[in-house]
Amino acid sequence: MNFLDYAPAPESTSILNLKKSYGLFIDGEFVKGHGKPFLSISPSSEEAIAEIANANSTDVDAAVAAARKAYDRTWSKLSGADRGKYLFRIARLVQERARELAVAESLDNGKPIKEARDVDVPLVAAWFFYYAGWADKLDYAGLGPNPRPLGVAAQVIPWNFPLLMLAWKIAPALAAGNTVVIKPAETTPLSALIFAEILQQAELPAGVVNIITGAGDTGHALVNHSDVNKVAFTGSTAVGRAIAKSVAGTGKKLTLELGGKAANIVFDDAPIDQAVEGIVNGIFFNQGHVCCAGSRLLVQENVHDEVVDRLKARLATLRLGDPLDKNTDIGAINSQVQLDRVRELSDIGEAEGAERWSAPCVIPEKGFWFAPTIFTNVSTSSRIARDEIFGPVLAVLTFRTPAEAIAKANNTQYGLSAGIWSDKGSKILAVADQLRAGVIWANTFNRFDPASPFGGYKESGYGREGGRHGLAAYLKGASW
Amino acid sequence: MSRLAVPKTYKLYIGGKFPRSESGRTYEVLSKKGAFLANAALASRKDARDAVVAARGAVAGWSGATAYNRGQVLYRIAELLEGRREQFVEELIASEGASKSAAIKQVDAAIDAWVWYAGWADKYVQVAGNGNAVSGPYFNLSTPEPTGVVAIVAPQGSSGSLLGLVSVVAPAILTGNTVVVVANQVAPLAAISLSEVLATSDVPGGVVNILTGSPAEIAPWLAGHADVNALDLAGAEHLDWVDLQVMAADTLKRVLPPEAGVPAPSLERIIALTETKTVWHTKSLI
Repeated sequence: MNFLDYAPAPESTSILNLKKSYGLFIDGEFVKGHGKPFLSISPSSEEAIAEIANANSTDVDAAVAAARKAYDRTWSKLSGADRGKYLFRIARLVQERARELAVAESLDNGKPIKEARDVDVPLVAAWFFYYAGWADKLDYAGLGPNPRPLGVAAQVIPWNFPLLMLAWKIAPALAAGNTVVIKPAETTPLSALIFAEILQQAELPAGVVNIITGAGDTGHALVNHSDVNKVAFTGSTAVGRAIAKSVAGTGKKLTLELGGKAANIVFDDAPIDQAVEGIVNGIFFNQGHVCCAGSRLLVQENVHDEVVDRLKARLATLRLGDPLDKNTDIGAINSQVQLDRVRELSDIGEAEGAERWSAPCVIPEKGFWFAPTIFTNVSTSSRIARDEIFGPVLAVLTFRTPAEAIAKANNTQYGLSAGIWSDKGSKILAVADQLRAGVIWANTFNRFDPASPFGGYKESGYGREGGRHGLAAYLKGASW
Repeated sequence: MSRLAVPKTYKLYIGGKFPRSESGRTYEVLSKKGAFLANAALASRKDARDAVVAARGAVAGWSGATAYNRGQVLYRIAELLEGRREQFVEELIASEGASKSAAIKQVDAAIDAWVWYAGWADKYVQVAGNGNAVSGPYFNLSTPEPTGVVAIVAPQGSSGSLLGLVSVVAPAILTGNTVVVVANQVAPLAAISLSEVLATSDVPGGVVNILTGSPAEIAPWLAGHADVNALDLAGAEHLDWVDLQVMAADTLKRVLPPEAGVPAPSLERIIALTETKTVWHTKSLI
């Protein structure tokens, strides 16, 4: 063992108190599903974690009915202050069980424990704490007079930040006075089911939040259910498009947070060391399973070689492996399906003439893994510069002038996020003005906060999550 | 001997110019009593696509203008409209069969709508945006920006042809959007006369593009156009608007639903055609 190597430092899973099988959380109770149960596996070991119930349309009906009943009889009659108190309780319970949630998340999703522990779970608590305070202050939100909830919200969330996406959806919905039926992704249901136990501990009235597990057909039945008033979806642009079509003409309020192909623009006057850290955080955070990932690096031509060399040197120090190891930087790809997609697009990148470089790291025998990879000499028409890969793959392009950087950054159907690196404030603000993206990070990347609105332009979707704007998605009349 | 009048040729308004329909088609505009008033251009798919190109070309300049400047341009529209009140009153009486008092009321309301929306140009950002207290050393600001190119079906029906158009165009353009609007089909004359006002009020060419003709024919081309960012179905109540919304979903356009009658002036209409941009910047630790 080299003196620079780290000894294994795995986080213990003994904190978990997992059941062998989990039911659906409907009307405050765990109940059996009517579909064929499925296994949730750990992507780092391919071992089964638990058996998960599968909700069919009968179960979706039951969940929506429970949410409707809770809305009519309980939640809509409660004062804003009391709704807020339940949300504060939930925030505190998440903090109390933070370590357990972080371990479950890392185990089920494959993300490094340091990220689940230091980013996902703290943000979950923060999200509930932030929106708790809004529940009795809706009149002050500036979203029109007499803000009213919509009713029952149908929410479908992805596998990349399972619990955090749940918090982004549930916290504003409840604060605004809606009740919820939420479907976690089929590969990452575990933390949502532990969250259901937290709801029981918080004594949240039955039916206010219903958590149903299943795959695409469960989600389809949920968003198309005739008795939901609101649909909120985070996931792929293809599915978002299908949902937008299916809710057309129904009067359901819709918010969509979809794909991205963010440009991370590095000017030659940027602090290069910080920029390199930001590039790494931008695309290799959470294995690149981030809709707002900085997957296109636009680097000014005269510093291209320096930036790429330093980037490679930095990537060579990243540790890939056991997600539960506290020293792990790069965890597992979430599923075989996703790994296949990352591999396929990377092969296409190579075939289209880009130069491939992968960090030298040992790939574990079991599980789904992909070494951090960068492509140089990428043309703007290459698929790796256009398609969302949703993996640890960075496409590097160059530019000479700010105008060229802006044109290339905006040359995409997406518009979720972008990054700018420069020491010159006036340049940053001018470029930020021109970028067609909903979140711009200047000299930082992948920062999230419940007070800060997040969401896309163009085909990255519509509506905002976070902040005052995030409430509007769950109130009648409010259009922002 | 009475003087022989000089009638006007009513054409389209695209990119600041007044072309005929490339299709060469026109349709008869009749008064409420059925008398011939004019041959309006019957816009085609190609006209709609030309209008989108003109609108896209105007986005950078118009959205890049200062808010104060856009506000003054909108106010200028009100000024010029005021000077042509008589013309619009007569046109509404002829084409809508409106009483003189109703026509005056409509023209006045249209002028006042421009004034009301003009005042929002440099204020909506303050009302809809905010600074955000994030947990960390970051400057964090959310501000609304124009969505881009907006396709609009103006309110239809035999009344409100001027006010209806103003009520959908003004809230869209004040933020910096550019529009392609399908005018009132049966009473299109006020729309074309309004474009003459727009052409002389410092509104850059391409910011407002007005098509006359059949909304049922033109709207699908706009709803499915990949370079349109938003679709306002205000006047699409009697079209197959669900189909239009489904087509718009192909490129995830923002869609405003149909409204009965003429939409009232509202901040919601302004905000619905904007995008919120949030900018984070690090603060150094000193």
